[in-house]
Amino acid sequence: MLTTAERRRGLAYGATVLSAVTLFVAMAVLPLLAWDTGATEARLFSAYTASVLRFTLLQASLSTGLSILFAIPVALALARQPRFPGRVWIVRLMALPMGLPVLIGALGLLGIWGRQGIVNKGLTAAGLAEPISIYGISGILLAHVFFNMPLAVRLMLAALERLPAEYWLLSAGLGMRRASVFRFVEWPALRQVVPGIAGLIFMLCATSFTLVLMLGGGPAATTLEVAIYQSLRFDFDPPRAIALAFLQIGVTGAILAVMAFIPAPEDSGTTGGRTIRRLDGITWGARIGDAAVILLATAFLVMPLAAIAAAGLTADLWRLATSDAFARALWTSGKIAVAAALLAVAASMAILSARQAVADMKRPGPLARGFSASLSATSALVLLVPPVVLGTGWFLVLRPLGPVAPYAPALVAIINALMALPFVMRVLAPAVTTHRTRTARLAASLGLSGWPRLWRIDLHVLARPLLTAASFAMALSLGDLGAVALFGSSDLTTLPWLVYSRLSSYRSNDADGLAFLLAMVCLALAILGTAGRREENA
Amino acid sequence: MTGGIRIDDVTLVLGSHTFRFACDMPAAAVTAVIGPSGAGKSTLLNLVAGFETPDTGRILVAGVDVTTNHPSERPVSLVFQDNNLFAHLDVATNIGLGISPSLKLSPTDREAIATALRRVGLEGFEKRKPGTLSGGERQRVAFARALVRRRPVLLLDEPFAALDPGLRSSMADLLLDLHRETGNTVLIVTHDPHEVARLADHVIFVEAGAVAYQGAKQKFLLQRDLPALTQFLLP
Repeated sequence: MLTTAERRRGLAYGATVLSAVTLFVAMAVLPLLAWDTGATEARLFSAYTASVLRFTLLQASLSTGLSILFAIPVALALARQPRFPGRVWIVRLMALPMGLPVLIGALGLLGIWGRQGIVNKGLTAAGLAEPISIYGISGILLAHVFFNMPLAVRLMLAALERLPAEYWLLSAGLGMRRASVFRFVEWPALRQVVPGIAGLIFMLCATSFTLVLMLGGGPAATTLEVAIYQSLRFDFDPPRAIALAFLQIGVTGAILAVMAFIPAPEDSGTTGGRTIRRLDGITWGARIGDAAVILLATAFLVMPLAAIAAAGLTADLWRLATSDAFARALWTSGKIAVAAALLAVAASMAILSARQAVADMKRPGPLARGFSASLSATSALVLLVPPVVLGTGWFLVLRPLGPVAPYAPALVAIINALMALPFVMRVLAPAVTTHRTRTARLAASLGLSGWPRLWRIDLHVLARPLLTAASFAMALSLGDLGAVALFGSSDLTTLPWLVYSRLSSYRSNDADGLAFLLAMVCLALAILGTAGRREENA
Repeated sequence: MTGGIRIDDVTLVLGSHTFRFACDMPAAAVTAVIGPSGAGKSTLLNLVAGFETPDTGRILVAGVDVTTNHPSERPVSLVFQDNNLFAHLDVATNIGLGISPSLKLSPTDREAIATALRRVGLEGFEKRKPGTLSGGERQRVAFARALVRRRPVLLLDEPFAALDPGLRSSMADLLLDLHRETGNTVLIVTHDPHEVARLADHVIFVEAGAVAYQGAKQKFLLQRDLPALTQFLLP
């Protein structure tokens, strides 16, 4: 029921985004294909690439396994104690690591588990000689569990809370013990979501860049993404970078292919307001055990966050905040973040209006359906071709033309926008769909279309989701180190790059302070983006 | 015959459902479209409104072929069961959009909005937001918008289904009053036999994607040879 003009416009927007994104990614990937293939082939199967590939998959598997393993008891305990004091806040806390810039989280982990951290100081005081090392595989696993275990807990808890309240009363009435409840009620619910969660976490860990750069990076602990970066930035060995980039695309492609067969887990608790009575949670034994598990997990999450705050507050914040370097980095980061957010939101809206134009056709032909499907795939293309690979490709395209620096901010902004696109789509797509089903017929019958409709109807209703999506994209861009890593220099210093370079030059006090400031900026954006929205998963 | 509607051998396939409609809705009369859930009542209304376009056949309003016209280019006004108003716009703006989609309103138009509000019993409600109104008041605003649009055909898709019974009969009275004043052609989808008895001049009974009966209400109420119809009237 769109007007012909509306439909044509929607299709044109979609085609523009589709060709722009395809062109941008193709421009990055094609030079990789064209580059001196002989040398690349030789690099593709060297002992070095094999060891990097092995380590990438090993750490991703272990990280996934550990995250899931630790998440299960926490999710079960939280589900068993619906009236645990502060439970709402603990569940909200579990959402924090996903939104926290990885760089900041890593600094917090260093504050607790690092050589000078609280844990090792305590162990040394107890007479043990620094038994925990945050560097290498143990640190990478620790950090991946820190970032992904809370995600797994939230998704598992949502699955448990979707179960009918009667199940718990029924199992209590039947006299089922803990083991039986787990076997017949809890595990069947978890089994539905665990493959999806595992796939998601494996994907995140296999493409993890910043954490591995900070905590690994040695020859024994390097993932594909970091190895690509090192090949270009330190060794300047393009054939090796290309070979690694292909391996990376192969790995992510394989993961995506497997994940296509697994249902995606959903983080939407629909139980708001419904009272769940867990008779198996009111015994003192259960209460004490569950409280211990919940508090342990909470402490594991809170301690690094507290460490950032503590270290940040002891740094000379005023001097840092008023320093030239900070002001310049904030300006650079701000420009890039705003550009990335605008690009991501505009591209999403274009994709959505094109998809709607196709959906509006009575019987879309194979061409139209293929167009709609490729638009959906476009938003996820960055998962297949990760930021570092995109950066590598464009680096190789632009280098023969002279210095890369002038193009760098635009490239970083576009790559950030592509990174944000899947998330922005996840926020906007349901909002736009709901809005359309509610108003499409009314708007059509009143002849509202084009600008009047956008101005009077759509912008009012979609203002909040648009704001949420934009602030999310900005926070993602502000905290990103992956896209900027290849281009970062004295000419292009974003906030994360500034933190990272201060850390590399062992000015860790400054790094802590700057990280704290960056965290505050991201927190402000998160609050802005979710202002007035109810936490539906409480 | 100012606003008579003719559904001229229309077929439409939606997913696995096939619809075949051929019927007439007389001008300046109230036609009730009834039938079991999923039979195609709303589809019939959507065809007249322009939300669906037929695969074959024609739709004529007042003798003019509107088969391929966009909903906004058809001489119809609409009242749905709910979501008739944009929640973020006040009552006057919601009605004003019925006059001009870009909200270019002359003083005469504003006067017309106030008059329409007075007519539906909501005098002075111009600045209220839909969220502060009751369900019945929101439907009254939708009626007021239909009034200012001055279209010869009014389509209503279960307009009173979300209201409680007392309110339903007073809204039905208001609808009848407005119909008598404007002499418009009214098409109302309903599943309430009382509404049929109270409102309709003409009845179309839809079953399994086709018109199973059409005729004047008096004859219809005495109809006993269609089992599905008897079931509908005497549940």
